[in-house]
Amino acid sequence: MEMTEKATGGYLTSRFNDMIGWARKYSIFQYPFVTACCGMEYMSTACSHYDVDRFGAGLPRFSPRQSDVLFVVGTISHKMAPVLKQIYDQMADPKWVVAFGVCTCTGGFYDNYATVQGIDTVIPVDVYIPGCPPRPENVLDGLIKLQEKIQGQKQEV
Amino acid sequence: MPNLHEQLKAKLPQGVLEIHAQHGDETALIRREAWIDAALFIREDPAFHMNVLMDLTAVDGRDLKWKPRFEVVAHFYSTEHNQRLRLKVAVEEKDAVVPTLTNLWPSANWFEREVWDMFGIRFDGHPDLRRLLMYTEFKGHPLRKDYLWNKRQPLIGPKN
Amino acid sequence: MALTPADNQLHPATLPDQETVIKRTRTESMLLNVGPQHPAMHGIVRIITELDGEEVVNADVEIGYLHRAFEKMAEQGGYLQVIPYTDRLNYVSPLINNIGYCLAVEKLFGLETTERAKYIRVIMSEISRVTDHLTCVGASAMELGAFTAFLYFIKAREYLYELIESVTGARLTISYARVGGVKGDLPPGFRESCLGAIEKTRKEIKEVDALLTKNRIFVDRLKNVGCISKEDALAYAITGPFLRSTGVDYDVRRANPYLVYDRFDFEIPVGEHGDNFDRYLCRMEEMEQSFRIIEQAFEQIPEGPVLLDTDGTVMPGEAMVDEAKMGRIENIRNVEAVIDPTLDGTTKVQYRNVETVNKRASLPPKEDTYGNIEGLMNHFKMVMMGHGIRPPKGEAYFPVEGANGELGFYIVSDGTDKPYRVRVRPPCFTIVAALPLILKGDSLADVVPTFGSVNMIGGELDR
Repeated sequence: MEMTEKATGGYLTSRFNDMIGWARKYSIFQYPFVTACCGMEYMSTACSHYDVDRFGAGLPRFSPRQSDVLFVVGTISHKMAPVLKQIYDQMADPKWVVAFGVCTCTGGFYDNYATVQGIDTVIPVDVYIPGCPPRPENVLDGLIKLQEKIQGQKQEV
Repeated sequence: MPNLHEQLKAKLPQGVLEIHAQHGDETALIRREAWIDAALFIREDPAFHMNVLMDLTAVDGRDLKWKPRFEVVAHFYSTEHNQRLRLKVAVEEKDAVVPTLTNLWPSANWFEREVWDMFGIRFDGHPDLRRLLMYTEFKGHPLRKDYLWNKRQPLIGPKN
Repeated sequence: MALTPADNQLHPATLPDQETVIKRTRTESMLLNVGPQHPAMHGIVRIITELDGEEVVNADVEIGYLHRAFEKMAEQGGYLQVIPYTDRLNYVSPLINNIGYCLAVEKLFGLETTERAKYIRVIMSEISRVTDHLTCVGASAMELGAFTAFLYFIKAREYLYELIESVTGARLTISYARVGGVKGDLPPGFRESCLGAIEKTRKEIKEVDALLTKNRIFVDRLKNVGCISKEDALAYAITGPFLRSTGVDYDVRRANPYLVYDRFDFEIPVGEHGDNFDRYLCRMEEMEQSFRIIEQAFEQIPEGPVLLDTDGTVMPGEAMVDEAKMGRIENIRNVEAVIDPTLDGTTKVQYRNVETVNKRASLPPKEDTYGNIEGLMNHFKMVMMGHGIRPPKGEAYFPVEGANGELGFYIVSDGTDKPYRVRVRPPCFTIVAALPLILKGDSLADVVPTFGSVNMIGGELDR
């Protein structure tokens, strides 16, 4: 698990830290690593009804080098796990990972020979959004939690 | 035209071992040596004209003590007559080879690859028999009854 | 001392002429990997293309990145426990999978559901089919750059998701169908809300139609791209809109009518050229035909309690339990129990309309489960491990028209409560198998619209 330090330090540095955190949390460039059914709810969340753009996270960048949040959406099988690790390694710091859907959190009800039982066995995860699939309101709740986490982190510049 | 399975039995008496029409699905169990002949027959004969191989799969009869163990099941459909037919062939575990249908119906290519991947039944004459759904490092054939349902072989990450 | 042409190797006289250069040049084709993580590949297919410049000379498709062992998991639990797994097969039209599976199990039993259940299943199937086509056309338009079409279609899809939620309780993975019927009846007022949602969706479709169908860029990118001939399509066992775009009008709803499809008047859109543009038009038209079916179904659906056989008396649930415990079964035989509305059970009246009264297949209504011991035992025998619905020994194959083509379920039963083998015949499997043939000769940029029109759904392809 990624250890994030709480912001400490003097007045000016903590104000500066808060400002960077504010800027980072409202400009999330997501990399949607969409594999399965959760992708449908991801689409619903991203589109006009449950708009995710109002949180500043509306532009998916389809390249790992250009994004900072990796949304792992949908079941990861053992065949796909090395690909996921490679994409995660290609992203530049600061990066966060959201495990979207219960298949990525713990494997879901696919306890079988083909499914990774939770992506945190492969890459470190910041926010877990359970649900099969999670309702869009659930996703937005998870996104807000991620934003709070980003704000409260010690920002490396 | 009803009773396709009876017509098939009449036309190929040595090839067809048994027939039934449970729940309206006409089925014929074919001897392995006559598999290609039967397939060619149902494709060419004007009463059948089965031009579509809808599905090809296998069933592992180990828990039901089937002898021979496997059964390869193929579903055919004819767009001309709107008729369906199911052909089965029984395969031993020690000699799990069946002649391929790829030359007659190209759709058999991927179906047979999947049967090889999941059951370990080889198809003689298949152009490219390799795993389809599982990765090449995977050992074993998952849909066999003796493969445990949660025996994982992870490529990366812990074996949990 | 002047340099002679022989000294200067770059002098034009010493350079070979163009023809010699071309003859001597050796080209190699390039292998380009598209995927497995690629937004237009819907995340999980790897196409290894061999390119000669921009033209695809050869392609190989690698699948299996979403293999979730549906067929293995289906053998581990009871027949009813397979239903949530079937939801996740074709996750854009989950109701069709549910209903297809239940129809296959009912074929093993030899059961027929009630009329109302059949109509409800048809209505929900058609709504699901429309969501599938909306997602497919929207996503493929987005991959070509028409982002607005995607937003409009997802907005329209939300109207349908709200409908599905009011009936089944969930938006996507609904587990609605049961062996013997459906889980619960349609809520009151569903007809009005459904017809209203259909009107709104029709408007959206018309808007996107105006945006895309005569759009020069869209048409140029899709016309004459990804062509497949009739014979090839049949040889590869392709079905659904992909096959209909080549000119063969094979639709399982017409060829082997199941449920009550033979009572409706609908057309099957058939294309001509077998290219991407025909598939787009087929899908748009199929949505309109699905709406027609839903409207006709609402006119024909049998209303109200049809098989109710009580004599109108009601009794509080606790009193019924007491009567049953004391053995006075005759007093409660045809009486309706009134129980607290917070218990999910005030449905016996509706229940009789939508579930076949077959003790071996369908769960009893909740009033019976909580109210009398026979109901409780019946429920227990159907649900607990080791007990459960037991179709007779045998095998059955049931084809259903999925949004992508013929979705078939082949179930082998050994007489116990666990299915022995459940096989899904995935419609998009054969289409993706034919992709190398379709992509040959097109350019690299054509891989994206072709793949979009395939409507590959990973859950179904890899199971």
